[in-house]
Amino acid sequence: MARKSKKGGKQKMEMVRIYIMGKEYKVPAGLTIMKAMEYAGYRYIRGAGCRAGFCGACATVYRKEGDYKLHADLACQTTVEDGMWLVQLPFTPANKAIYDMDKIKADDKTLVNFYPEIARCVSCNTCTKACPQELDVMDYIQASLRGDIAKAAELSFDCIQCGLCAMRCPAEIAHYHVAQLARRLYGKYVAPKARHLEERVKEIEEGKFDEEMKKMMKMSVTQLRKLYNARDIEPEED
Amino acid sequence: MNWLLSKVEELSGENLYACYQCGKCSAGCPMVEEMDLLPNQVILLVKLGDESVVEAKSPWVCAQCYQCGVRCPREVDIAKIMEAIRLIKLRKNIDHIKLENIEKNLPQIAIVSASRKYTG
Amino acid sequence: MDMGYYPGCTLKTNAKVFEDSLLKAFEKIGIKLKELNKWYCCGTVYSLATDNLMYRLAAIRNLIRAKEGGYEKLVAPCSICYNTLKQANLMAKSDEEAMSKINAFMDEEPDYDGSVSVIHPLEVIEAKLQEIKAAVKKPLGKKYAAYYGCLLLRPKEIAIDEYENPSIMERLIEALGGSVVNFPLKNECCGSYNVASNKEAVVDANYRIITNARRNGADAIVTSCPLCHFNLKEMQKEVKKVHPEFAGLPVYYFSELMVEAFGIEKEG
Repeated sequence: MARKSKKGGKQKMEMVRIYIMGKEYKVPAGLTIMKAMEYAGYRYIRGAGCRAGFCGACATVYRKEGDYKLHADLACQTTVEDGMWLVQLPFTPANKAIYDMDKIKADDKTLVNFYPEIARCVSCNTCTKACPQELDVMDYIQASLRGDIAKAAELSFDCIQCGLCAMRCPAEIAHYHVAQLARRLYGKYVAPKARHLEERVKEIEEGKFDEEMKKMMKMSVTQLRKLYNARDIEPEED
Repeated sequence: MNWLLSKVEELSGENLYACYQCGKCSAGCPMVEEMDLLPNQVILLVKLGDESVVEAKSPWVCAQCYQCGVRCPREVDIAKIMEAIRLIKLRKNIDHIKLENIEKNLPQIAIVSASRKYTG
Repeated sequence: MDMGYYPGCTLKTNAKVFEDSLLKAFEKIGIKLKELNKWYCCGTVYSLATDNLMYRLAAIRNLIRAKEGGYEKLVAPCSICYNTLKQANLMAKSDEEAMSKINAFMDEEPDYDGSVSVIHPLEVIEAKLQEIKAAVKKPLGKKYAAYYGCLLLRPKEIAIDEYENPSIMERLIEALGGSVVNFPLKNECCGSYNVASNKEAVVDANYRIITNARRNGADAIVTSCPLCHFNLKEMQKEVKKVHPEFAGLPVYYFSELMVEAFGIEKEG
């Protein structure tokens, strides 16, 4: 395909060959997988979300021609390459345990009690290799098995729940659900509490700021603006 | 040579024909009171091609303590044979126990071992 | 020289007292154990099928971590972890075909060649009996039955002592000033993972083992394996439900006895 450049004369656009569910398409190089599939005429009604690498909806599994290695990545973040064989994974069936965060305890058996399948982990590291966020997935599952909630929460922090790990795991673990429980337990029970926040909330509930609030509600926009511009600003720390 | 025998020999690497039914394995087995078939009976049934051994209680209560193997005068490791019989079912993706039904709050070694031996 | 230390999941949870007492006791006799900075569940129990390499990956990966840490020796206190790691190590040394497959599969790791040796703390203790005797401040007064369980002694290739009549733990107890009671069920399996789905097997084994030890005059049972400890200690209440006349016994890890004899103050 050729198109006219602004100076006149033809400028060739580099095209690459990709295979979407087995059918060959030629798409411009430099497009992301998601854009390339749309260029080819596919319309996303599932498996697309933020288009910015954050929501985890566009999980894609692919191989490159001549290479046995199976790759997994997000369609909106990965550029197409010549000889890519693609398939989308818009949904991962995964078992989520039912729990009431207010009623459960955060001890070293909680995670393995709710998700006993994590005991099946064979340390094959396939989950880590599948993760588009390059997280240490096997390590956080091992930490969960060991009851180290803090470590599991820390290592899984950037998980976008795309489901690629869960689909490839031979032990049939749903890693991201385990990690979510770990992070919830960490936030509610393990992380140190922000005491100044608790004190402030108590002060508010006791009515310490009620008078000031009432005064401000009665002020005009000009008065509020004056107050706002004259407020105390903490100096920047070097 | 029947299918069951050849599969068990392949998975365990043991020669079941070496067994001459002396019974030392059954005499030493600590789990024998929970078993429906004695270990030496299990070996014989495999040689006869009787697939009911896979659903008998014996292979599933074996604790893999290796007592049978170290005492066998023909050096047959019966623990490996029990493992092979379990794998015949587990490799069909059929779990022997439901992991969600096991006791809660057990030490991790118990949960990991149970999941290795009883789930596919 | 520092030795690598592999705790295993259970020494960080149910058996924390085993880890704490072992590290304190070893420090007293001048042995430094350094925990591997990254380790994984060893994947007990060792998979026996001839073709099941997947289930051995975890053990090999741990040995690679030990090698990376520069340790020639890896100490694994938990009997089950010791058994799994040692058998996997033997496979790594002898089965070239299996290792070439494992090394090829774990392409993100360096190849492993079987060069780390896996040892049990009791083997370390055996070589240090003189130092242990010298460090004793409060000799143990009671009669102890040393219970080995199965995985420290079998299969023969990994046994830390004579597998029908071991005495390595007895020598430790005597060095600590305790007296030893010999009983025939000292190497009989406690039921192991049957506690997860077949509790009756463990209840029966517990009843037999503890009654036998008591009949031979024991005041307490000493063990090395966290699962034996759990099965023998925590299941005693289940045994009482089936055998009301059953009288239990206290169960200790051998390292707890060392800490007691050395007179090390218990912290927290």
